[in-house]
Amino acid sequence: MSDHSFQVIPDMASNFSMDVDILYGFLVAVALIFSTLICVLVIGFGIYYRRGAKVDRTIETHSNVQELIWASVPFVLVMIMFSWGAVVFFDMKTPPENTLDIEVVGKQWMWKIQHAEGRTEINSLHVPLGQAIRLRMISEDVIHSFYVPAFRLKQDVLPAYFSQLWFTPTKTGTFHLFCAEYCGTEHSLMKGTVTVMDPQEYSQWLSEKTGDGPVQTGEKLFTQFSCDGCHKTDGTGNGPSLAGIFGKVRPLNGGGAAQADEQYLRDAILNPHKQVLTGYKSLMPSFQGQLTESDALAIIAYLKANSQSPAAAPASVTWNDAH
Amino acid sequence: MKRNYLNANYSIWSWLLTGDHKRIAILYLISITLFFFIGGAAAVLFRLELLTPQGDLVIPEDYNKLFTLHGVVMVFFFMVPSIPAVLGNFLLPIMIGARDLAFPKLNLASWYLYIIGGIFTLCALLQGGVDTGWTFYTPYSSTYSNTAVLSAALGVFVVGFSSILTALNFIITTHTMRAPGMTWFRLPLFIWSNYATSLIIMLGTPVLAITVMLVGVERFCHVGIFDPRLGGDPVLFQHLFWFYSHPAVYIMLLPSLGVVSELIACFSHKRIFGYEFVAFSSLAIAILGFLVWGHHMFVTGQSMYAGFVFSFISMLVAIPSAIKVFNWTATLYKGSISWSTPMMYALGFIGLFTIGGLTGLFLATMAIDVHVHDTYFVVAHFHYIMVGGAVMGYLGGIHFWWPKMTGRMYPEGWGRVSAVLIFAGFNLTFFPQFILGYLGMPRRYYVYPDEFQVLNVMSSAGASVLGLGYLLPLGYLIWSLKYGKKVGKNPWHAYGLEWETDSPPPTFNFDVMPVVTRPAYDYDTEAIEQQYAESDPQDQLTAPPPEYDLVNTKH
Repeated sequence: MSDHSFQVIPDMASNFSMDVDILYGFLVAVALIFSTLICVLVIGFGIYYRRGAKVDRTIETHSNVQELIWASVPFVLVMIMFSWGAVVFFDMKTPPENTLDIEVVGKQWMWKIQHAEGRTEINSLHVPLGQAIRLRMISEDVIHSFYVPAFRLKQDVLPAYFSQLWFTPTKTGTFHLFCAEYCGTEHSLMKGTVTVMDPQEYSQWLSEKTGDGPVQTGEKLFTQFSCDGCHKTDGTGNGPSLAGIFGKVRPLNGGGAAQADEQYLRDAILNPHKQVLTGYKSLMPSFQGQLTESDALAIIAYLKANSQSPAAAPASVTWNDAH
Repeated sequence: MKRNYLNANYSIWSWLLTGDHKRIAILYLISITLFFFIGGAAAVLFRLELLTPQGDLVIPEDYNKLFTLHGVVMVFFFMVPSIPAVLGNFLLPIMIGARDLAFPKLNLASWYLYIIGGIFTLCALLQGGVDTGWTFYTPYSSTYSNTAVLSAALGVFVVGFSSILTALNFIITTHTMRAPGMTWFRLPLFIWSNYATSLIIMLGTPVLAITVMLVGVERFCHVGIFDPRLGGDPVLFQHLFWFYSHPAVYIMLLPSLGVVSELIACFSHKRIFGYEFVAFSSLAIAILGFLVWGHHMFVTGQSMYAGFVFSFISMLVAIPSAIKVFNWTATLYKGSISWSTPMMYALGFIGLFTIGGLTGLFLATMAIDVHVHDTYFVVAHFHYIMVGGAVMGYLGGIHFWWPKMTGRMYPEGWGRVSAVLIFAGFNLTFFPQFILGYLGMPRRYYVYPDEFQVLNVMSSAGASVLGLGYLLPLGYLIWSLKYGKKVGKNPWHAYGLEWETDSPPPTFNFDVMPVVTRPAYDYDTEAIEQQYAESDPQDQLTAPPPEYDLVNTKH
């Protein structure tokens, strides 16, 4: 990070930076024009019509048409701001297919990052240039917020609920990562860096330090906590079979149904009484306190990998081939 | 000497057990001024800490407690009660020609509730402080923070009822106690805006009371409401909190808009342009204010479609706000403008409110909010509205009605100096924070990256000018109580029932029942110019007021 002392616009390093900055420029222009107009008129009238000045003060009449006109100009302008802002926001909320997925767990006061290939990092995130990235984020404790000013992106990271953030890095370099939601004593130390690398360097960086990927970790945890004791593959256990679970629609006790996505599986592990599959009793103990959010993420990754046929392997696995 | 509300009785009990709305206003004035300087002292400390990127003056725990103290005290114990409880209490009955509020004892009770709430909050301070931020976000506040959250929440809970009772009193008084001839469309705009404010308080504050109570229940009884570990929903709190706290911004702002309308009309000596539009825009802001809370939550993971709706409605708030600013500007046109202290505050208000309002549009534009949410951009924006706007209006109003409240005039020169100092100090403090926010500096940061230092130093320098600006009126207003020049009924040549009675007014406001026969702000701009031209140049500020045939008097 070079000397930034007199910048007014931060680094631009994602596909959204330019969109947001242009929109910002439009609003700055509107704000400048209107505040200048009001200031000039207020000071101008204040001086020209000062008490004692010999000027024409014939009273003008008030008309509703005039009110209508000066109410409609701001109306048109704010509708432009609304629509333009909504279009860009829609893009921010709509990740493309084939993203590289990375898991982020926030806790007082650090960011834990897990790459699908196995590498983990604390308070730093490495991503490849030009690849659409999707972060799946959850908090171990209070609400945090994952904020990268150079990407013009921010997303709250909630306890018990997954949130996601997607972007395509457009510039190599190292950028600030902040926690933007006040989270306690060392809130301002819950920061780190995002490093955007060339794809080759990134692959090399990934392979420098290998560990268990989330799928392997999940498999180990699955065995260690004897999940298969109840969740027998043939469906004869106390719990339903988990074969091919990911993405299935699950009919629930008490009516309704839910798709077995990440949030559903996370709740099934840490808060199993929330949703119970039709035909089963709410017997499963909660693993809250025994398993962390990172553990739950690993088990989900394992279940997900098991559910997918080899033909449709997850994007994160095939990413290297795609290049 | 003629009896007035101040010299009617000197005993301490005559103050502490008074039912006189004017005395209760003075009690509020003293207590909120005390809280203002407590909140201000906290700001001085954290602005000093932020002079350098490292932490050096205080430890992080104390830094967090300082900004929490600043927020809680300034919002709940200064801004919310400021104009309604001081100027509204003092003026609302007089302006509509009533002898008091509808329920004088309830009015006194609301002051005591305010004090009890204040004591709980100060207790939290003595217990070591609170570190949740004034927003009390869960689950941090309800289960993680190990500071005095309960005392502070209880203080906020109790003080809420003080606002509710005052609002109830205002609404009923406005409906039932207007003098003969004081029709709704002859009401001063100050009354309209206090009426709109009271509606918001009545509808919104109970939700805040319930919300902080739920935080207390989760914290104390471990019932899962907000903390997912106990089975709660962490974002639920934000919905409930902002359902009150966004309208609360208008609770703080609307009375100030009313004050500014009075000041602009008086010191332009002209009927306010588009009276009905200015009046109804207050009600429009009050109604829209309840439908926009979700714009605080664009990045919480709230549904994108909910975001669209909240963004759209938030944008609409710009229209009544713009109508007000345009009508004020049009009022100046062809007016007879006197650059007195209250007018300088009012003109400063227009500038700062315009910037505050326009930057609100940045935050309502979702794609920009994603970037600047929870950064210094937001801090700058709401200070432009709540300090640049509401406090400027409050101080303008205090200066305007000071001679009415005390019977004495403050030194005009010092008054103008304070208005200029506050305007300049304010801009130097908060303008750099817009840039800091867009550069990405998050709020509530105790240490920050080096590249943000220059702008932070500018901000802290501005804060010292601003602090000086606030100390000046404290000094010369107190000085004027004894040494200020005595004034007659109407030192500003203003139009309104409050200027028809003595300064200070008698205990029951009017010696004879006023009967209103003319519309509000029925100023004669040409006449004041004529009179000004004929008066002795040495004496132009104190020329005798023109005769207004505002009221008939009947015995």
